[in-house]
Amino acid sequence: MQKPSLELKGSSFTLSVLHINHADLNKVAAELDNKLAIAPQFFIGAPLVVNLSSIQDANYPLAGLKDLLLSRNLVIVGITGAPSAIANQAQSLGLAIIKSGKQSANQPQLPRTTKIVKQNIRSGQQIYAQNGDLIIVGAVGNGAEVIADGSIHIYGSLRGKAMAGANGDRNAVIIAQTLDAELVSIAGQYWLTENLQAHATIKSGCIRLEGDSLTLDALSL
Amino acid sequence: MHMAQIIVVTSGKGGVGKTTSSAAIATGLALKGHKTVVVDFDIGLRNLDLIMGCERRVVYDFVNVINGEANLNQTLIKDKRTSNLYILPASQTRDKDALTKEGVGRVLDELRKEFEYIICDSPAGIETGAMMALYFADIAIVTTNPEVSSVRDSDRILGMLQSKSKRAEDGLEPVKEFLLLTRYSPTRVATGEMLSVADVEEILAIPLLGVIPESQAVLKASNSGIPVIVDQESDAGQAYSDSVARLLGEDVAMRFVTEEKKGFLKRIFGS
Repeated sequence: MQKPSLELKGSSFTLSVLHINHADLNKVAAELDNKLAIAPQFFIGAPLVVNLSSIQDANYPLAGLKDLLLSRNLVIVGITGAPSAIANQAQSLGLAIIKSGKQSANQPQLPRTTKIVKQNIRSGQQIYAQNGDLIIVGAVGNGAEVIADGSIHIYGSLRGKAMAGANGDRNAVIIAQTLDAELVSIAGQYWLTENLQAHATIKSGCIRLEGDSLTLDALSL
Repeated sequence: MHMAQIIVVTSGKGGVGKTTSSAAIATGLALKGHKTVVVDFDIGLRNLDLIMGCERRVVYDFVNVINGEANLNQTLIKDKRTSNLYILPASQTRDKDALTKEGVGRVLDELRKEFEYIICDSPAGIETGAMMALYFADIAIVTTNPEVSSVRDSDRILGMLQSKSKRAEDGLEPVKEFLLLTRYSPTRVATGEMLSVADVEEILAIPLLGVIPESQAVLKASNSGIPVIVDQESDAGQAYSDSVARLLGEDVAMRFVTEEKKGFLKRIFGS
């Protein structure tokens, strides 16, 4: 049987990405020449993807940028992060429009997994629920730390530290049956014992982020 | 004869009464007819032999046995007052790194064949000595004073028992944990200087084995080298006896936990 004249196979390559932060081509040219002077051999014929996410101007001279890079022996293979008007230019210049992993519509979402711990968390122990919620059935002692990328629920006393939204999730909350914490934090915003003491009347509660500051609502648990 | 039980008396914090409690509980078990050995894990700062009143009879020690320089029969000291009771003293001249997991395990395995109860008197801290003392435990008696720092350190040790003991590593049934509250003064609890039994129980959340009252008898016993449990006239001695009974599964009511009420006549005429 004859071998087909072409085959289509998926493969991945590591490409350098050139981020253009300024619309002025002369400025870009000057700074690029400085960079190339440091390691001229390294960049000869190097395939580049140009990231234009900082460029808002629909009339950005993409053709000019392409010529500028070619004149310095850099091969521009495509653009990424550009607004649609610039993307149209790219098509007419024969440049590919590349979606980076982050932008990709069908980005593989890691499944959120909940971690359930049915014991007291003792001083010096640390529990981390990566990429999900943390549920503690028991107390969190002074000097213990419970951390989750999602929310934290404590069915018992929180006397140690609780850090929810550790990965930046601003919708995460901390719910505790008895709030007596050393520190609570959501997406980096934190309260110490003294901040909590301003709400000393609240025993069971939910701590959440409102704007850039934490707030505490009473719950009847 | 039932399976030998290894009991660690531990606390994290120093000076809370681990050695006093180890000596009292070991003596109490022996008095109840159980063949018991008490092992001093505080290498370099040995005290157990003093409390047990056998410091002049120490020839070989725990480290000698681990290193194969002496056998157990040569090293174990038989208690003069209580039959069924033996002491394995610590070395005063070595440091705690002389204890290895293999060595300690080997000695404890040998003791298991001879004894019903092996009481391990842990050093303070959370370093090698303390870890070795708790590693092989079946039961842990967490000795705690009714004050915040002692409770915090006990909580830390409970975490270690849950994660660093052999039972935890092998995925066996967890170490049985008991709270022994020592140096308790109901009067000072009433004035708010001390945490109450309920406070400590709420924070540590483990079953209460006993409450030992603050007592002159403890100091007197230590200085004379007689475990305080032998002094059955004293409140501390009685409280230790109660604790040993509970350890053996008996149902005994807690004593010495409330302020002593002055009797009617005493209230009128003063004491």
